[in-house]
Amino acid sequence: MPTLVVEVEDLVKTFDRFVAVDHIHFQVEKGEIFGFLGPNGAGKSTTIRMLCGLLLPTSGKGKVAGFDIMKEPEKIKQAIGYMSQKFSLYDDLTVAENLHFFGGIYGLSGSFQRKRENEVLGMIGLQDSQGQITRTLPVGWKQRLALGCAILHEPSVLFLDEPTSGVDPISRRNFWSLIQEMGGKGVTTFVTTHYMDEAEYCGRLALIYQGRIVALGTPSELKLKTLSQGVLEVECDPLVPALDLLKKESWISESAVFGEGLHVIGKEGVDLERELHVLFQKHGILLKRVGKIRPSLEDVFVSLIEKEDKE
Amino acid sequence: MKVSRTWAIAKKEFVHIYRDPRSLALVILMPALLMLLFGYAVTLDVKKVSMAVLDRDRSQESLNFIQRFSASSYFHLRFWVQDEKAMKRLIDQGKVKMGLILPWDFSKTIKAEKMVSVQVLIDGADANTASLILSYAQAIARQYTQEKTVLKVTRMGMRNLNLPIEARPRVWFNEDLESKNYFVPGLVAVIISIIGVLLTGQVIVREWEKGTMELLISTPVRKAELMVGKLFPYFFLGLVDLSLSVLMGKWVFQVPLRGSVALLFALSCIYILVALALGLTISTFARTQLLANQMAMVIGFLPTFLLSGFTFVISNMPTWLQFITYGIAPRYYVTIVKEIFLKGLGFSFLWRETLVLMVMAMAGLWVATKSFKKELR
Repeated sequence: MPTLVVEVEDLVKTFDRFVAVDHIHFQVEKGEIFGFLGPNGAGKSTTIRMLCGLLLPTSGKGKVAGFDIMKEPEKIKQAIGYMSQKFSLYDDLTVAENLHFFGGIYGLSGSFQRKRENEVLGMIGLQDSQGQITRTLPVGWKQRLALGCAILHEPSVLFLDEPTSGVDPISRRNFWSLIQEMGGKGVTTFVTTHYMDEAEYCGRLALIYQGRIVALGTPSELKLKTLSQGVLEVECDPLVPALDLLKKESWISESAVFGEGLHVIGKEGVDLERELHVLFQKHGILLKRVGKIRPSLEDVFVSLIEKEDKE
Repeated sequence: MKVSRTWAIAKKEFVHIYRDPRSLALVILMPALLMLLFGYAVTLDVKKVSMAVLDRDRSQESLNFIQRFSASSYFHLRFWVQDEKAMKRLIDQGKVKMGLILPWDFSKTIKAEKMVSVQVLIDGADANTASLILSYAQAIARQYTQEKTVLKVTRMGMRNLNLPIEARPRVWFNEDLESKNYFVPGLVAVIISIIGVLLTGQVIVREWEKGTMELLISTPVRKAELMVGKLFPYFFLGLVDLSLSVLMGKWVFQVPLRGSVALLFALSCIYILVALALGLTISTFARTQLLANQMAMVIGFLPTFLLSGFTFVISNMPTWLQFITYGIAPRYYVTIVKEIFLKGLGFSFLWRETLVLMVMAMAGLWVATKSFKKELR
């Protein structure tokens, strides 16, 4: 039986009247990369901060690494590593000084501390920049250093709050391979992001919107569950009148502009391709190409949010 | 509390200070600047008061009298004027602080052994200086009268006239009545207050503002470790500034240091803690560095300057204000420093002040630690 590293039940956080996190529950198993996907302001950071013991929940239950988030936040802090959304290392310290400081804070000392510092420097690839003042590092390097400071004390869970925001794509990929490497060693990672492509790296995903989890599962589960009937990519001319037309049809559950064409999702049991041919012919719209595509997470997310907004 | 974690914090704070030229400059230059300002420029001593004379008599007698003024080190005769209008103009323009007018019958009246009045005009805009000028002028006139009286009595045939009472003043502790001797020891307290409250006022709030606190409170660091670790470098800076001020006081300004240097340092350590604790408390409450700075000025610096007995004598204050001074730490510390410097008093005279400071230090550290919350705000 797998061990649960994070368990959350009915977790709520309100600020005055604003409900930032609204009765969420989920569980994360050891070694998982668990993604929290959602737009800005959806409650991702608030959730992660509650799990790290930085914010006291308004109500609900939760355990991180076996410790109660209501009663034992300080015990949680020794067991986890945290990367906040805003870069928050000391930018007037050098790379090595930052690492050494956080090592000291997490209670490492002596030769073990030196060993860990060297290991981490190697892992994040900053051996040659040890003496550089952190302020002068490129953003991607700063993020790797922040990750380094968070894993120095070998935590069993990592909480990363939008770790790659503002980082170029190549650095992002490097960063994710670091996280996957950690996952291979049994480290559980809880990561928030609003990059859809990054969400694909996660073992399981929770989609969070307006404080609530609207869907939860592996990326492929989410695609199958929400968009079982598949997505059609339609190229036609003219584009905008075609979209207006589709919005009115009752057999269409969704239609949106995607790149140069439209993504169209039909209701259950509808032969979408045939219906489209008929409809476009009737209205003199030229149907250039129709093809079934694998839905992206973005399709899933957009359709879920639209469903939420309708309700 | 873990020593290694506390030390990690302290080391990091040292690096912050070392890499920030502004705080380093504040630590080194500010005490020197204040010392020079107060030691040289700000003086309550009245010397070489510029004066103008209108001598309507123009006799040997009047000249003798005027010479008493010009010969004293308190006055500096700068103008001879011909009429009162010219005198008035000089005073209006601020060219002289005092005018002396002798009547046309000055020598005649003295010869007739009657009382003669001379007029002394004083620029009273600066009340403190004016009253000093007044008493200097009166003293010279009294002296002159006394000599005349003795002369007259002698001429009348009475030998060896003895005046009944002569006051023989002897000033203790600040024999030369120099205001630098009064200022410099008090300045030590001001300098420590500035360093302590102003600099430590930043240490917590800066981390909130920069966003580094979010990461710091996500670690298992304890509140007490954080507080002590942060104070450590500033305690050290306080000692540096103390040494700097004492050295300058003794070697640059020749202020007598009569008491034990060891005692001065030992008791100063307690006061440094009080100041640091106050700064730290401000830092945990203030939401911005700017606000922390202003709070440090109002809460830390001003009382030290105005209510500690550094510039204004506490016993001259209204009773309610005197009452307030008992609540502020610099009052006790200024007393300690002055007593050790000027009177050379030992611990047996200063234990009360020491006790109060110790209580304040502990209370301050407790409040600072309690008011810090390891939670996002």
